[in-house]
Formats: sequence, structure tokens, C-alpha cells
Amino acid sequence: MSNRFVNILVPIISIILGLLVGAIVMLLSGYDPVAGYIALWNGIFGNMYSIGETIRQISPYILAGLAVAFAFRTGLFNIGVEGQLIVGWFAAAYVGMAFELPKLIHLPLALLAAALAGALWGLVPGILKATLHVHEVIVTIMMNYIALHTVNALIKAVSDGGYKTGKIHPTASLRSDFLSNLTDFSTLHYGIFVALAMVAVMWFILEKTKTGFELKSVGFNDHASQYAGMNVKKNIILSMVVSGAFAGLGGAMEALGTFGNMVTRSAFTGIGFDGIAVALLGANTPLGVIFGASLFGSLKYGAGNMPNEAGVPIEIVSIVIALIIFFVASGYIIRVLLSKMKKKKEAK
Amino acid sequence: MSFLEILYFIVPITISYAAPLIFTAIGGVFSERSGVVNIGLEGLMVMGAFIGILFNLFYADTFGAWTPWLALLVAMIVSGIFSIMHAVASITFRADQVVSGVAINMLGIAIALFSVKLIYGKGQTDFIQHSIPRFNVPILHEIPFIGPLFFKGIYGSSILAIGLAFLAWFIIYKTPFGLRLRSVGEHPMAADTMGINVTKIRYIAVIISGGLAGIGGAIYSQTMTNDFSHATINGQGFMALAAMIFGKWHPIGAMGAALFFGFAQALAISSSSISFMENVPSVYLYILPYALTILALAGFIGRANAPKASGQPYIKGNR
Repeated sequence: MSNRFVNILVPIISIILGLLVGAIVMLLSGYDPVAGYIALWNGIFGNMYSIGETIRQISPYILAGLAVAFAFRTGLFNIGVEGQLIVGWFAAAYVGMAFELPKLIHLPLALLAAALAGALWGLVPGILKATLHVHEVIVTIMMNYIALHTVNALIKAVSDGGYKTGKIHPTASLRSDFLSNLTDFSTLHYGIFVALAMVAVMWFILEKTKTGFELKSVGFNDHASQYAGMNVKKNIILSMVVSGAFAGLGGAMEALGTFGNMVTRSAFTGIGFDGIAVALLGANTPLGVIFGASLFGSLKYGAGNMPNEAGVPIEIVSIVIALIIFFVASGYIIRVLLSKMKKKKEAK
Repeated sequence: MSFLEILYFIVPITISYAAPLIFTAIGGVFSERSGVVNIGLEGLMVMGAFIGILFNLFYADTFGAWTPWLALLVAMIVSGIFSIMHAVASITFRADQVVSGVAINMLGIAIALFSVKLIYGKGQTDFIQHSIPRFNVPILHEIPFIGPLFFKGIYGSSILAIGLAFLAWFIIYKTPFGLRLRSVGEHPMAADTMGINVTKIRYIAVIISGGLAGIGGAIYSQTMTNDFSHATINGQGFMALAAMIFGKWHPIGAMGAALFFGFAQALAISSSSISFMENVPSVYLYILPYALTILALAGFIGRANAPKASGQPYIKGNR
């Protein structure tokens, strides 16, 4: 077995194991796993409407996954995607609501605001990591909570003490009558194209530019990169900023596409944390992220159908997703088992 | 309200908010001192909170007033077992400890909510009848000023938390086990050369952290919310993680930080009823613990250094 083949095999084995353990959990809890997974399948592909909604759900997942993956390529673990996404959501909703401009300017401006807000939220841990060697994991976790509480206070401020922002103007909206009609009036919007464009952007930066080469180089070995004359500090900050911008755009999907406003939140969206799963499953590559986002976005949306059709609590899918992360993270043991099997075969 | 009345009001709230954080943060100290990063504290707390409420609801008739205390014990055991997953992944399977911790967090809340829906058919449990009782410490509560401040209407669990901090300090700094724990977290290879079983010590440390986080969660649910739903534990685990760092990986420091964070939370929820705090937007108090943790890490409040080997799996024979 070649290395490349094993690299693809590990996530696939993890997905199968995750679904298998999920089935066992359903069985032990007295639910019918076959009915449960059929309901999940129908929830994802059952009709045009659910397909549209599934694709809509995938868009922010792609961006969250890109954010995690991009930072990871520079050797940084951005757990702060959640917070960056929340500030991006608010920035997009605010710009969409507060200004009146022609669509050609308004929509890009709202997207840009979201990206900038996310980038700003990524800048703080980036600077702290680059200059003071503060571990980015803890700082980004703290930044998540700061984002949550700050945005709640900002929503209150812009809505005169209310709990949600006003609706965005149609000129800032990503909504599309064409896509909506195509999928039986689902809320599918143009965001998916923004997300796919960003996949191309990430691929281009990493594979086709000098900056991308430096970013990856720092990820492999920062001392060697330093010795080779690269500016490690600059690259670390840049990586967090770009990562934050992707995450901020993920928030814009919710603000300009799905919801059209922002409501105060008592808890996180979960999209940012699922982004870790997406990136991990996609081995931190742009194409892999599309694959990971499609899987987890579909699972998350399709799960909504499970209580109605099979009576299974929606949380079973969260259990499956967590298990998949767990198995992918434990890839070392899967690799060991695979190589043992291979040796046995050769011995025969 | 007069200043004294404010103090009598704020200090008890502070201590009751801090108790779950102290338990969980000290759990984190054990795990990280052995070199295993435990981001999963939140998920372990969720599990503890859920199990605590569940046990309390099912056995309140059997054990009466003892129920909440037994619930703490059961929550400790279940969360301890749950944390073995993190231990297996990050110690034996050499998984990225942060990723494994994230998985534990997702899994904890998912299993708890799945079970709640399975058992109760709705999103939250019933309310418990026997929560952890408040009581007046005999004699001490009659001392003027200090009595009403610290010893009147206090939860027994808060006293346990403070006691635990000193016990943990003794274990980590004054016993052979503590010395081994710290050496494994600083330089596992040197420890291994001296005949210390690195894997065993790390397993024990992670399971201790799971057990303590479980108690922390069960204290929170049995003093603050009295039921379990998706929002019962909402960031307390991460706040405990912050307290551990702010306390510089030291049990007494973690306790101090947890008390301080409890104070910030108490201020945030009661600022509207305090005259000179009315005009301070509560958002500043909400983000205070997190902002301070970042500052502490950045070295503005004394340098905070993590144990040297924390986050790295130990692979025998590797240099």
C-alpha cells in the first residue's frame, strides 16, 4: 500500500467506524439504526428542497474548514474560527443593514467587512504568537468568548436594547430566486459560489505563490525557514489573518444568505468547531475541505429529519461526528493496524 | 445598598460560582502537569453535570438528603471513565491532544443530550428535589463581618473545593507521586530513565482530571441550575482552563484565579442592583476573565509557563 493510499484510507475507515458505532449506540438505546440512517439519507437527498438546504449548510462549513486548514498549514491550530465567524456574521449583518448602496458595491462591501472583522479577530492571536510565543490555542479559545459577549453587546447597542439586528437590505443579500426556485424554494443562496471561490483562492495562495511556499515552509519547520531567510513572524501573523478572514466570510454566509440578520446568542454556533473536523478529515487541503464540509454539512442538515421520520434524537449525528474526529485523530493506530495486516499478507 | 450589604451579597455568590471552577481547574492542573493538554474539560464537566442530575433524580427517594453527595461521587466515577477515552487517544494512540479534547467536548454534550431525550423525551430533565444544601458553619458564622461573609449560608461543596486546592498542592509538591507527575510533564525521557512509568502516570493524571471535572460539573448543576439542558454547562470548562493558566499551573493559584473569575461573574449578574456599578456595561465583566487570561499568557501579569512536555506524546526511544 502506498502512503498516498493510506492517507485516503484513514479518513474513510474513520467515517465507517463512526457510523458503525453510531448504529451500535442507536441499537443499544432501542432505536432502529437502519430506519435512523434511512431517515438521515432522506433528510439529505430526499427531495430537491432538502438537497438545496444541504448545499446551503455546506457553504459556511467549507469556509470554516478552510480557516482551520489554512492556519494548520503554517503549523497553527486556530480553535478561534468560531469567534471569528461570529464577528464576521455581525459585521456583515451591520453593513448590510446600515448602508444603502447599489448592489454591485453593497454586497462586496458587506463580504469585505465580514472578512476584515474575522481577520482582526485572527490578528490578535497571530501577533501574540509571533512576538511573545503565546500558544494560539488558548488565546483563540479566549477570543471566542470575547467575541460572543462583545457581539451580543453590539447587537443590543445597534438595535436600541433589542435582541436582534434589523434585516439587511436586499442590495447586500446573497439570496437567489433562481437557486431557490431550482431547489423547490429552499434557502439556497449564492454563498456556495463564494465558498468555492475561496477554495480556489486558498489553493492558489498555497500552491502558486511565494507567500504560500513560505507559509507551508514555516509550518514544516520554523527554524529552518528562519535560517533560510524567511520572516517567520510575518508569516505566522499573515496565516492567522487569512484564516480569520475565511472564518469571517463563513459568518457572512449566515448574515447575508441564510438569516439576513443576527440574533443575540447564548451559545456558540458550533460551525467553527465543526470546521476543525472538516479540516482534519480533509487533511488540510483545499479539495479535502470540500469533501469534509460536504460530509459534515450533509450530516448536520440531514440529522434534522431523524426525529420526525425515525424518532431518533438529532444528537446521534453529533456523536457520530465527534467519533469520526476521534478516529481520524487516532490515525496512528489505524496506520499501525494497516501495516500489520499488510505484513501478514506478505508473510503468506 | 450599602457597601457592606453589597459585600454580604457578592462574596457568597462569588464562592458558589468559583467552587465548580476550582474542582475543574485543579483537574486540569493534574493533567497538564503530567504533560497531557486537556481541552476536553468542558465536555467532562458536561458529563458530570448530567450524571449528577440523573443520579439525583433517580435515587432521591432512596438516599434522601445524602443524594447530592452521592451524585457527586457517581459523577466523578463516570467522568473519570469518560476521560479514559482522551487518555487512550492522546497517550497510547499518540493523537493530537487538542483535537482529541475537542472530540471529547463534542461527544460529552452529544451523549448527554441524546440520553436526556432518550429518557425524558424532551430537551431538559426534570428539576431535582434535593440540591446541595446551604448551611451555616457552627460558631464561625457568628463572628462579626467575617461570619456573614464566608460562613453563613455556604454550600458544603464550596468548602470541599477550597480543601481540595490545598490537598492538591500537598499531593503535587510534597509526595513522591507529585514529584513523578511533575517530572513526567517536564522531561518524560529523563523520568523514564529513572524508572518512572510515564504512560501509567499520565493515565492516572488524566483520569484524576476527568473525575475532578465531573465533580465540578455536578456541583454546578446541583447548585446553580438544578436541572440539565443544553445550556447548563456553557463555557465553565473553558473558564476553568483559563483559571488553570491564570493560576500558572499551580493548585493554589488555580483556586485564586477561579475565585477571581467567580467574582467577575457575580459582579456581572448583580451589577444592575449595585448603585456605583450600574453604569458599567456588563459585557466588560463578562469578557474580563478571558481578557485577563490572554494578558497573563502574554506575560503582562507575570510570566506563565506551561509544563515543558505538555502537548507532546511520549514515544520511547525518540530523542
